[in-house]
Amino acid sequence: MAATTVTMKVWRGDAKGGAFREYQVPSQEGMVVLDVIHTLQATQAGDLACRWNCKAGKCGSCSAEINGKPRLMCMTRMDTFPPGETITVAPIKTFPLYRDLACDVSFNYERAKEIPAFKPGPKEPDGTRRMWQEDVERSQEFRKCIECFLCQNVCHVIRDHPENKHSFAGPRFLMRIAELEMHPLDTHDRLELAQAKAGLGFCNITKCCTEVCPEHIHITDNALIPLKERVISEQYDPLFWLARKLTGKK
Amino acid sequence: MDHYKTFEYDVLVIGAGGAGLRAAIEAHGKGVRTALICKSLLGKAHTVMAEGGMAAAMGNVWKEDNWQVHFRDTMRGGKLLNNWRMAELHAKESPDRVLELEEWGALFDRTKDGLISQRDFGGHRYARLAHVGDRTGLELIRTLQQRAVALGIDVHMEVNVQRLVKDGDRVAGAVGYYRATGDLVAFTCKAVVLATGGVGKAWKYTSNSWECTGDGMTLALDAGAELIDMECIQFHPTGMVWPPSVRGILVTEGVRGDGGTLKNTEGTRFMFNYIPEFFKSETADSEKEADAWYEDKKNNRRTPDLLPRDEVARAINSEVKAGRGTPHGGVLLDIASRRPADYIRKRLPSMYHQFKELAGVDITKDAMEVGPTCHYIMGGVRVEAETAATRVPGLYAAGEVAGGLHGANRLGGNSLSDLVVFGRRAGMAAADYAKGLGAAPALDAAQVDAAVRSLLSPFDSKGNENPYAIHSDLQECMQALVGIIRTEGELRKALEEIAVLKQRLARVRVEGGRAFNPGWHLALDLHSMLSVSEAVTLGAIERKESRGGHTRDDYPFTDDRFGTVNVVIRRSDRALGVSIEPIPPLPPELKALLGDKK
Repeated sequence: MAATTVTMKVWRGDAKGGAFREYQVPSQEGMVVLDVIHTLQATQAGDLACRWNCKAGKCGSCSAEINGKPRLMCMTRMDTFPPGETITVAPIKTFPLYRDLACDVSFNYERAKEIPAFKPGPKEPDGTRRMWQEDVERSQEFRKCIECFLCQNVCHVIRDHPENKHSFAGPRFLMRIAELEMHPLDTHDRLELAQAKAGLGFCNITKCCTEVCPEHIHITDNALIPLKERVISEQYDPLFWLARKLTGKK
Repeated sequence: MDHYKTFEYDVLVIGAGGAGLRAAIEAHGKGVRTALICKSLLGKAHTVMAEGGMAAAMGNVWKEDNWQVHFRDTMRGGKLLNNWRMAELHAKESPDRVLELEEWGALFDRTKDGLISQRDFGGHRYARLAHVGDRTGLELIRTLQQRAVALGIDVHMEVNVQRLVKDGDRVAGAVGYYRATGDLVAFTCKAVVLATGGVGKAWKYTSNSWECTGDGMTLALDAGAELIDMECIQFHPTGMVWPPSVRGILVTEGVRGDGGTLKNTEGTRFMFNYIPEFFKSETADSEKEADAWYEDKKNNRRTPDLLPRDEVARAINSEVKAGRGTPHGGVLLDIASRRPADYIRKRLPSMYHQFKELAGVDITKDAMEVGPTCHYIMGGVRVEAETAATRVPGLYAAGEVAGGLHGANRLGGNSLSDLVVFGRRAGMAAADYAKGLGAAPALDAAQVDAAVRSLLSPFDSKGNENPYAIHSDLQECMQALVGIIRTEGELRKALEEIAVLKQRLARVRVEGGRAFNPGWHLALDLHSMLSVSEAVTLGAIERKESRGGHTRDDYPFTDDRFGTVNVVIRRSDRALGVSIEPIPPLPPELKALLGDKK
């Protein structure tokens, strides 16, 4: 198929300010938005800032807001837009801008530090660790996370209320807590952390995070809601609490 | 002179994929001040793209498996060019490294008995790859990342290191800049571990990410270390070929490990026509035997679909040349007609996703179109097996940046285990060296200033060369002239083109400022891509035979005279020098493990 020309509006600027700039870019069959951005860099805007690594939806670097929707640029095919439509590419909104499409996402790396590490119990008598596939699959779903931070970006708790960033870890890290809570070998209790420091109570399960997840992880249904249930059981059911303490089970 | 930030550490680990993370964890554990430098954000390194698994003779699926068989498979897969001591250590230590990841929270897929499951892969006699679906690299990097974060190791993200600084013979530090701001930085340190990965971005069709520009190899060469076997490049047989924008993206060997087969457009399973003498005794010669092998490995030999990658890549290349390829220049990889849809989605979720989203192909219904893609460099920095030490005091190298373990061709699954086995060894040796050193070496201001000047030169250039155009021309050159099949004439032409590209790079000019400027970053990366491309080409001219990931049309057979030597590259003054040096002979007890002769 011959190349067609598309009109792109790309955010250019830094923390001090900026504007959308319009470009005409040749596009070929099968191209994704990231290909068009690369073409732009090579031919018209050598200093256009954007992050990317794998170009295959595996590293979670090229998050952006494309026509207002938070997505990975490498997994957004150009032919999903109607011919002739102007395609707008903006940086993800929730984090401070470095330049153009690249944001300062250090909030996420700071939050990651607050979660106590995995702490396994003793090994089996024969020296092995035995886990069953159906048990590991619950946490495996969450470990598919590529840390693109689109869920963090779209969560209204911090997107619309930056002041909450001090008291809310965001879906990615609440899911990380859920992942460790459901890990068959882990012995550490992070429910207090989830509720108090990570701000689980802020989440009112609107599922925005689940909708944007490029890995199709059921963040709300499989991680956040079960985590909320565990917190409630722990807080309000003294028998449950006692049983947990005595057996060390989760 | 421009102002720069300074930091002081005992051990500086450059590169934050599997090897760098594992090295930093080990060095930190030994109680020395350790820092980890990432070229990208933490957790985004190329390791994340590894799919199929991590080879370790744990014997969970086949109790007959042990380190001796793994050693044999690795050596034979490498066409015996391997550093045998590395291959021995790797085979012995990988099971412990896998179990260690489990202690740190990794969740591998399980066997029916609740142990870590292992899958079949090319060149491995038994199902040996610990895995998590087809996203094993992500599991490995995330586990190590979370471990490093929990330990509180200092991490400098999005930093490019451009030059190592020396104090006399030994390493004394490194100079680079923060990508986000363009701020300059100088690290003083006692030891450096290079864990910067490969150089795939010098080729046009590659599975590699933008980071893989050969930085560590260039840093090592410039600091006085040696490279070996740079001509041995792995073209993974199965990369995507269509649409053009995804060409090169990896299709895991796990597709064939889980039952997929290669076919040409005539519907023939052509790999049966390409079984080399070297592997005849262990490879099935009928479709019936090949298909039965998946379930019964005792009474059947391995399917030729899972011959080592060099063999399969050459076979695909020949089929396409003979006119039996697809119009897009690939062949067909079919698992749809051979395994149930549920099984495919479960075992290969990211392949399913990747083809569906990027190519509009449902791999549970249709065959995939695949062809060779530049994937891995077996050659690299020459190191001592036990310590990962280079010849420069205080400089270590581990992972893809190092050479030796994989010989002329790497088996799938041996890379992830390489990262953690030798990452750990490098971290340990670097920490021990740093402890023994006492006072930190002095950082020579003149060297730092020189590095800073060269870093900033693309902004002051009088020329008008575009870095993206130079990169694209380099990729065309390496793809066409230093690809899967090589000849002396083409290699010489490549050297000439590389020389011209170097001149153009001297006239490169970047627009914009220093904050997050990808044009500037690329201009600097091109220095290392060009020196490493030159090293690869020089090595390819010198090795006048075909072996593993180095195929010469003008010398189409293996030649025993080259079977026991490394091609070694050093920098002398400004030029690269090549020499041929013998590999120490295998001790008899290891030689006995290799079994049947070729």
